[in-house]
Amino acid sequence: MMRALSRVSVYALINVAIVAALVVMLYPLIWMLSASFKTGYEIFHSLSLLPQAPSLDNYISGWTALRLPFSVFFMNSVVLCAAAVLGNTISCTLAAFAFARLRFPLKRVLFAVMLMTIMLPFHATIVPQFVLYEHLGWVGTILPIVVPKFLAVDAFFVFLLVQFIRNIPTSLDDAAKIDGCGPFRLFYWVILPLLTPALATTAIFTFIFTWNDFFSQLLYLGNSVSSYTVPVALRAFIDATSLSSWPQTLAMSLLSLLPIIGFFMAFQRLLVEGISTTGLKG
Amino acid sequence: MSEAAREGLAAYLFLLPWLIGLFGLTLGPMVASLLLSFTHYDLLSPPRWVGLHNFQLLLSDDRYLHSVRVTFTYVVLEVPLKLAFALLLAVVLNRGLRAVGLYRALFYVPSLLGGSAAIAILWRQIFGGDGMANMILTSLGWHHPPAWLQDPSYALFTLVALGVWQFGSPMVIFLAGIRQIPREFYDAARVDGAGRVSQFFRLTLPLLTPLILFNFILQMVYAFQTFTPAFLVSGGNGSPVDSTLFYTLYLYNEAFGNLHMGYGAAMAWILLVVIAVSTAAVFASSRYWVFYMETER
Repeated sequence: MMRALSRVSVYALINVAIVAALVVMLYPLIWMLSASFKTGYEIFHSLSLLPQAPSLDNYISGWTALRLPFSVFFMNSVVLCAAAVLGNTISCTLAAFAFARLRFPLKRVLFAVMLMTIMLPFHATIVPQFVLYEHLGWVGTILPIVVPKFLAVDAFFVFLLVQFIRNIPTSLDDAAKIDGCGPFRLFYWVILPLLTPALATTAIFTFIFTWNDFFSQLLYLGNSVSSYTVPVALRAFIDATSLSSWPQTLAMSLLSLLPIIGFFMAFQRLLVEGISTTGLKG
Repeated sequence: MSEAAREGLAAYLFLLPWLIGLFGLTLGPMVASLLLSFTHYDLLSPPRWVGLHNFQLLLSDDRYLHSVRVTFTYVVLEVPLKLAFALLLAVVLNRGLRAVGLYRALFYVPSLLGGSAAIAILWRQIFGGDGMANMILTSLGWHHPPAWLQDPSYALFTLVALGVWQFGSPMVIFLAGIRQIPREFYDAARVDGAGRVSQFFRLTLPLLTPLILFNFILQMVYAFQTFTPAFLVSGGNGSPVDSTLFYTLYLYNEAFGNLHMGYGAAMAWILLVVIAVSTAAVFASSRYWVFYMETER
């Protein structure tokens, strides 16, 4: 009886401790939500999480505080992310299929090279890439960010898909080969339909990474307001506006997080499984 | 054409986009970057060969050497702290709690959002002199807390805190690893009289060392490349007095702000070598502390 009781209270205690840790960790986000409905004076003078007179003013005035409304920047981000997702899923799947299922000369060498490029810091290539895009006249467009996705430069996703395809039983291939399927029909009719979960993981993570990515968007899209994506616009916001505009800044920052939070809530299980098994960076 | 030749040809067609990317956007630029590092190049006039001059300049560039120190300090503090929190929470969450799925997801949220511009901006408000952190500290009775981000002695530590705050992604990996440890091991340990603490140090921890190695390398490589928070929190220049002048921030400002492309390329190659050597050193050390269980597969 005593043992059982103390066991229950230990679990209760652990739960309390975890919830307390979570509150501390998530407090900045909760505070951000609350601040976005407050006045500037209130943000700097009241610790209460409940705004005295909650209002959408910060969202309304923040939306149009730059030379163009935030709808433009959101649209730019959505187009960029959609193109990146399309490019990554297509090009990485094609390469992964070859590595996982086909025999070809130099396979081991190329596979090893592919693995090595996963950990390569992007700084190793950034200066010449910029020079190249500058000469092609691509700086200021989404091409420097999107074209590499169509060329499977994010080798991590190739690796992810290789692992997934290797787990599909080869008995299916054999059956297809007996029926006279070559590599192309094998890919299209047998492997591709079974890849949906891995394609979804690739698509969602590509979306999240591209949405959050700041460096390349700053570098390639940071020079003209009409090409700003959301993160670049946020940066312009804190540079252009005085400190009195914190409420609007926080409101727009919060809006910029909503798509990611939405995706996470919708695909939470898939995403967390993906991280557990592959060590995806979040 | 033989069967094998046809399959090889098909394979190279599937690989074509990746091969173009590999040579055109990865290997080619790496070589170009190395060549550029021996030149002066400002995009406007053709590159001028200067031999090792950029590297000599770097060695006498105080801001550069300072950025190296800032980055190393960050890596040395952020990575172990982040992994310690990740490991602690993974072990606690594994204690058979009913809501473990929910907890796991919530602890992961900072990792999901933390790399974004929005969170860097939030951090700038929270750790400003009159920000949220100081409002709380003042209300708790600390009358003149430091102005964190405006104070060169503390600014870097707020960025370390931002990194450590994102311990959720290594935690999720540790949690998955702990679950792979067979129950019977713990049963046997209990029969032998091992308490919770010695179960952790003699069983859980050794069996997790391969994952610790994996997470350590992953997080270290990322930490060396930290850019977004440093850029946004400092207004792009590493202020106050260069206390948050991260390596990548200085590289960005030199290469793309001042158009010192050769100088930037030299910095990039040194970073690449430093990351490669650090990774190799960690791998080499793993012989002494990583424990691989012998399994029959």
